[in-house]
Amino acid sequence: MSSYILEISNLSKAYPSGHKALKDVSLQVERGKILALLGPNGAGKTTLISIVCGLVKPGPGSIQVDGLDVIRDYREVRKKIGLVPQELSVSMFETVWDTVTLSRGMFGKPADPVYLESLLRDLSLWDKRKSKIMTLSGGMKRRVLIAKALSHQPEILFLDEPTAGVDVELRRDMWGLIRRLRDNGVTIILTTHYIEEAEEMADRIGVINKGELILVEEKETLMTRLGSKNLTLELAEPMQQVPEALAPYNLTLSKGGAQLVYTYDSHAGHEISGLLKALQEQGIDYRDLHTRQSSLEDIFVDLVAEGI
Amino acid sequence: MNHHAVKAIYHFEMARTFRTLMQSLASPILSTSLYFIVFGGAIGSRMMDIDGVSYAAYIVPGLILITVLTESTSNASLGIYMPKFTGTIYEVLSAPITPFEIILGYVGAAATKSVLLGLLILVSARLFVDFSVLYPLWMLLFLVVISVTFSLFGFILGLWADSFERLGIIPTMVITPLVFLGGSFYSISMLPPLWQTITMFNPVVYLVNGFRWSFYGVADVHVGFSLAMITLFLVTCFSIAWWMLRTGYKIKS
Ligand SMILES: Nc1ncnc2c1ncn2[C@@H]1O[C@H](COP(=O)(O)OP(=O)(O)OP(=O)(O)O)[C@@H](O)[C@H]1O
Ligand SMILES: [Mg+2]
Repeated sequence: MSSYILEISNLSKAYPSGHKALKDVSLQVERGKILALLGPNGAGKTTLISIVCGLVKPGPGSIQVDGLDVIRDYREVRKKIGLVPQELSVSMFETVWDTVTLSRGMFGKPADPVYLESLLRDLSLWDKRKSKIMTLSGGMKRRVLIAKALSHQPEILFLDEPTAGVDVELRRDMWGLIRRLRDNGVTIILTTHYIEEAEEMADRIGVINKGELILVEEKETLMTRLGSKNLTLELAEPMQQVPEALAPYNLTLSKGGAQLVYTYDSHAGHEISGLLKALQEQGIDYRDLHTRQSSLEDIFVDLVAEGI
Repeated sequence: MNHHAVKAIYHFEMARTFRTLMQSLASPILSTSLYFIVFGGAIGSRMMDIDGVSYAAYIVPGLILITVLTESTSNASLGIYMPKFTGTIYEVLSAPITPFEIILGYVGAAATKSVLLGLLILVSARLFVDFSVLYPLWMLLFLVVISVTFSLFGFILGLWADSFERLGIIPTMVITPLVFLGGSFYSISMLPPLWQTITMFNPVVYLVNGFRWSFYGVADVHVGFSLAMITLFLVTCFSIAWWMLRTGYKIKS
């Protein structure tokens, strides 16, 4: 058993149009983790997933799943993989049950109505099992795609924007489902535009921009390394400029002098008490104070902006 | 061999056929009946026997083949074109299946339908015309091989087509003329010598003659040669379909 369930080395891809969709991407994914791939439209997320899953021809580079080559050992590899595509590609005239049964068979598994029932119940699709897919709503269709991808009990699940077009409540349900899968040992690789989703779900985060994988890191590390915190003081009396004595703290004034803002990185929390003491010594009074941590969104926007 | 996959695709495709059973069967049977009434009944009664077979009986194998060829082509082409069109082909591409298994599932289902259809027309023809089948096993063999070959052809067409127009144009522009000019309604010995030679390049001639031989024991072409030619088409179509899937021609960028 290889330590990484997915290992991509120096993968590039140019489409026949000449467009370079991936540039020398290397990525390792640990078993049983949730990796979120973030990136703007056209970054290459779908291309990357599609190459691993066999929908797009790979360019130079190598891809291994559980130590097996995706080209040479494609039959073994693909049995381990489930894919939920970005597009809502479903055959309209079939019933939910038939299409899920087809998927399971196609991936080489014998029929198992008991498992499929529990799967459909998990996705709140059991009542719809006899409905033709065209009669379902968009969110239900997306869940049908998830059911198809899970029909053969894969070890790795690729979710290309799983919650696009899914309402808030259902999105929470889906996150719950994804966590349960992870807890059962399934490795999950998802792409999303909702940074909130990555922040909520992911163990690791990868950022792709213009075909390049800018970084892959543990979410916590990323947020502490690149995230910053703000302490905002609502002053009792507005001030014109920051007193000389407070210069070491690099404070800034905002709201026309009504707010004093202290920006610090997450490690440096202990300096706050020093600041507050200094304020007291200067006789600066404040009515309120609050802190704010930069979200993954802020980090992401910064990263992608740098890449441009 | 991923036999679960082959079975799953086969069942799925057969279910599609049975869902549209009425139109899959009704229209070919209706049109064949019309042929029998017009060519067999009305015109046929004024025609001389060909090779000792009454004209109405002579055209039975050809009429069966017309339906089998067009239905095989259109059914198999639609079977793979629709997933391409709706995007559900992603699942076939990402599944642990070989090109051979994909072909077996899709083409197997289309060919099954064609064989059933051919037999059904055979039975309904018997209501209009008096005939018997001299070599039933050979007849069945020809029917199966021809159904498979043209289902393969349809499969290739479906993989290749980029639009519904292209999908529809081949059966009407290629299959129908080849069938009409392939000796379905006449013996090629009735043609002028130049046309006899040209006709020999029409693959349908071999199908019709082989098939008709299994009914009446008469043919314009030796049956062994017919069988060899049909096998050649079969192998060619299979190789092309296999190559297209193998290389992802038009389905993988
Ligand atoms: N079949 C194709 N032929 C040519 N170019 C393509 C093809 N598919 C994608 N591209 C191009 O490759 C680039 C990456 O596309 P991709 O779909 O991987 O982006 P993405 O990160 O998934 O974007 P989104 O967030 O919008 O889904 C885009 O510039 C796109 O136009
Ligand atoms: Mg995408």
